[in-house]
Amino acid sequence: MAGGDEQIGRVVTPAQTTDSRVSAGIIALAAITLLIGGAFAGLLVEGAHDFSGAWAAFDPYLLRVVRFTLWQAVLSTLLSVIPALFVARALSRHPRFFGRAFILQLFAVPLALPAIVAALGILALYGRAGYFAGLFSAVGGQGWPGIYGLSGILVAHVFFNLPLATRLFLEALQTIPADQWRLASQLGMAARPAFRLIEWPTLRAALPGVAGLVFMLCITSFTIVLTLGGGPAATTLEVGIYQALRFDFDPARAVALTLLQIALTFIVVLALTRLGANVVGDTNLPVAPRRYLSVDTTEASLNAVLIVLALLFVIGPMAATVSAGLGADLGRLAGEAAVRQATLTSAVLAFLSALLSVMLSLALTMARRALALRRRAGRRTLLEHATDTGAGFVLVVPPIVIGAGWFLLLRHAGDVFAIAPVMVVTVNSVMAMPFALRAVRPAYDAASERHERLCAQLGISGWARLRLVDWPSLRRPLATAFAFAMALSLGDLGVIALFGSDSVQTLPYLLLARMGSYRTQDAAGLALLLGLVCLALVLAADWLGSDKVRNV
Amino acid sequence: MRTLLYALVSTMVVALSGPALAKDKLTVYTYESFTADWGPGPVVKKEFEAECGCDVEFVSVADGVALLNRVKLEGASTKADIVLGLDTNLTADAKASGLFAPHGAVSDVNVPGGWSDDTFVPFDYGYFAVVYDTEKLKTPPKSLKDLVEGSADDKIVIQDPRTSTPGLGLLLWVKSVYGDKAPEAWAKLKTKVLTVTPGWSEAYGLFTKGEAPMVLSYTTSPAYHMVAENTQRYQAASFEEGEYLQIEVAGITTNGAKNPLAAKFIAFMTGPKFQDAIPETNWMFPAGKTDKPLNPAFDKLVKPTKTLLFSPEEVAANRKAWVDEWLAVMSK
Amino acid sequence: MSDGAMRGKGVPVRLDKVSFSYGEAPLTFDVAFAAAEITAIMGPSGSGKSTLLNLVAGFETPQSGRVLIGGADVGAAPPAARPVSMVFQENNLFAHLSVEQNVGLGRSPSLRLTEADRTAIAEALERTGLGGKDKRLPRELSGGERQRVALARVLVRDRPVLLLDEPFASLGPALRDDMLDLVAGVHAERGMTVLFVTHQPQDARRIGRNVVFLDNGAVAATGSADDFFVGAGPEAFRRYVGAGAGNAVSRDIARKRT
Repeated sequence: MAGGDEQIGRVVTPAQTTDSRVSAGIIALAAITLLIGGAFAGLLVEGAHDFSGAWAAFDPYLLRVVRFTLWQAVLSTLLSVIPALFVARALSRHPRFFGRAFILQLFAVPLALPAIVAALGILALYGRAGYFAGLFSAVGGQGWPGIYGLSGILVAHVFFNLPLATRLFLEALQTIPADQWRLASQLGMAARPAFRLIEWPTLRAALPGVAGLVFMLCITSFTIVLTLGGGPAATTLEVGIYQALRFDFDPARAVALTLLQIALTFIVVLALTRLGANVVGDTNLPVAPRRYLSVDTTEASLNAVLIVLALLFVIGPMAATVSAGLGADLGRLAGEAAVRQATLTSAVLAFLSALLSVMLSLALTMARRALALRRRAGRRTLLEHATDTGAGFVLVVPPIVIGAGWFLLLRHAGDVFAIAPVMVVTVNSVMAMPFALRAVRPAYDAASERHERLCAQLGISGWARLRLVDWPSLRRPLATAFAFAMALSLGDLGVIALFGSDSVQTLPYLLLARMGSYRTQDAAGLALLLGLVCLALVLAADWLGSDKVRNV
Repeated sequence: MRTLLYALVSTMVVALSGPALAKDKLTVYTYESFTADWGPGPVVKKEFEAECGCDVEFVSVADGVALLNRVKLEGASTKADIVLGLDTNLTADAKASGLFAPHGAVSDVNVPGGWSDDTFVPFDYGYFAVVYDTEKLKTPPKSLKDLVEGSADDKIVIQDPRTSTPGLGLLLWVKSVYGDKAPEAWAKLKTKVLTVTPGWSEAYGLFTKGEAPMVLSYTTSPAYHMVAENTQRYQAASFEEGEYLQIEVAGITTNGAKNPLAAKFIAFMTGPKFQDAIPETNWMFPAGKTDKPLNPAFDKLVKPTKTLLFSPEEVAANRKAWVDEWLAVMSK
Repeated sequence: MSDGAMRGKGVPVRLDKVSFSYGEAPLTFDVAFAAAEITAIMGPSGSGKSTLLNLVAGFETPQSGRVLIGGADVGAAPPAARPVSMVFQENNLFAHLSVEQNVGLGRSPSLRLTEADRTAIAEALERTGLGGKDKRLPRELSGGERQRVALARVLVRDRPVLLLDEPFASLGPALRDDMLDLVAGVHAERGMTVLFVTHQPQDARRIGRNVVFLDNGAVAATGSADDFFVGAGPEAFRRYVGAGAGNAVSRDIARKRT
């Protein structure tokens, strides 16, 4: 009978459902590819005169460099990620205690600190003339040589990445449905089986992504490796790329080395994905707020110790930075027009980058999910891989490569200086995007598990879906993602160093300028200011994302 | 909201770039610390604008190396009329790029060893030196040999010659003193090196934090501390073999050669109005004529017994090989 | 039981030689559901009851065969385009939206509601016994009330086919009976074709007109509910339901209210 046909008119036409999400993801990917590809194109065109530099790059010294690059990156990743698993778990077992929110906010700050500030902060504690030097020499029996060398690099990397990994794992843990916890406590499950059966599967699913991200950060580490490494035995590929573009002006070589870096990272990330499993979450809708039954005292004290240790480790260098900063003439600094201008510029650029970053990552996350749903079983398509880990590879392309490449492309097009803010915002947003992605994805996937069928049934899609369904359940992880992206942009020195000039001055740029002019006190004060601005932005982002409806 | 913010930022950019009024414009590319509020930039700008009745626009980048790169990146259509802040290690490269025009004869410059280049004009110079903390080190090394052979307990922070000018300076310094025996010297020096930083700022930061009693810097560094901080704590060591020279130069680009203001600026640059500002804002020695005498603190500085310098052509030809040699020794 | 057939709103639903598999044993459905009648779909676990509903609703696509609603092949249409409303066992509501908003989504997926829409919503809430609770959030409602909201949404959508996937399984017996009576009442007014999956034979007996019994991934038997429950159904069905006498007793117990 034809009676049912009248109903069809009002609803969504077939083309609009999952396709709009996939299109959004494709657009995002296209934009990123354009950014990187354009840069490579610019460099290659310039380097086309002379490819000899590229071939010459592959010598025995390079092999040593590659070995060290991989070694320090792998070690750093292990040392950051494994403790982070346990710290995140400890934090998730205690969802409410005094200062918890503040600890999490502090954990977003290290990313915002320029590497040199962090290095000096770390040395202020563990260096030859550091706070603990006396203690260490007493224990060691001889003069404390400081942590220069591999150990210094590892400490610095863990300082940057442990807080990041912890927050990301925590986001993943918070997607575990309350029902599983209720079941666990009902069954009288002790901590260890609970970890094995409930927490570990979720953590394991998040592990490759987080570890991959940390790895990519460590492999591109430049200032830390050189400053704390103790000598050129500690050199990374990034130094080679930097050198190729700065001193030698050999674009072909820079491209060759960058491609090598990407290839190496690809192999490692591939290995990592073998480890993790794609765990599909439970489709429960926990409407009641999560309530853990009491954790026993032994476990609670162990968790407390763990959290306190992590906190001290992260806070230490930051406290050193603060105290150094307090020694500066903060009043005068705050009054300087240049400082105020730089702060404003930094904040605005960081805000814009973060916004763009979050949009990109949301598009990619949605597309990935839509593709996974369509596929249901079987092998993942290339597109799905691209929207997942593939997008993170942007981290492995040094900002200087992107900057120089686009400079070369655009120099004939017009006034390069005018596009400086655009470049800074775009490159920073693309660089921050992998972080935002990691923060958003577990929550998006979990929410989609709950809502997908209902939305398909009711025909809620596109903007309406974002507005009515996704946004409320994603507020908090989106805020986390935003906070990360902002922190990263604030501390950026890569792009601004190439494009910055008098008109676009950010705080880190100003900081470096002061350091370069003997004004170390000023630099310390600016570092403090930078840290405070970042903290303020993180607080604001967290407040915006706070749940009025406790949407578990 | 976003478009509003973007508009705000771009307005700031445009506004600060300055609208081109009826006045002629001169665009000078230079490095960051030159144009900073406490650097020579503001004084220079004021004086030259008064003299020429024109607009001076500074564009600053991180340092000398970045300066050359920026110009190379921009190519022949660069906006720069003048590039100010390269040093002699970079001039061969700069000339090879074909982006610079001869300046015409300039006679009243006074740098150690004289000056004969027709493309670049020096505006200041300084010497690299090992700067030490008098509170930590009672007996500083008296020569490069002393430093190389000295006790491993007294550490020095140095910079990487691949990424920093002072780093390259030290490399050339050791090379000019030891010649073919440079690798052996570095092998011995290696035990005293605390760490090798990417740039001068990091190294100096570590030094002032007390991580090491010595750092590679300039003979003029102590002057800053004496004048601005009123302390005698940091001093430069005077080496018997001499100190390595760094001469900073400026040049006119091929584009800038069409702008009559460029030649005027070069002449201005070697004159007193510019040179007077140099010592206490750039912390280097003036290369041209000055009217004011140097701050007495400058008299207390180390005066090199000998000036060491490789010609730009020698540096350009050998730099890669020498850096590789250094790397081979240092990365063991 | 249901006189909605006289209003002629419902349409027939037919699965024409539909085959589907999750990768293991294939499920084949070749069955027709009478228009404007309530049909209970029963069967042991794993027999494919939910899959059948998913195929009709559009969450799964058959590997071969056709799904016909109202005589038209809806195979290519996504769930929202089909003339179907579905109530799941849970996750029927958005936790952060109020009752009124949840129901409103049935009228406009972007929640742009006209006056007419709001009136319809209010009426539907009255009809399902939720008058005055339009501003509440799902977490403030009981399980039964949440399912009522889902039913209210069914009312405002007014589609000719209603699919129920064990919607009352987690409710107590008295509450379940109330909900079943509500469904029956709504069916009496609107006359849509109702397919509902249930594990409770007494549900089927209470409101079902027809029964479709699935076993081993295929339709084992179809017929009227009366026939089935007096023992005329297949052997497998009788085994599934248990002793007939026990059924009658339990039904009476279910009927007693305090």
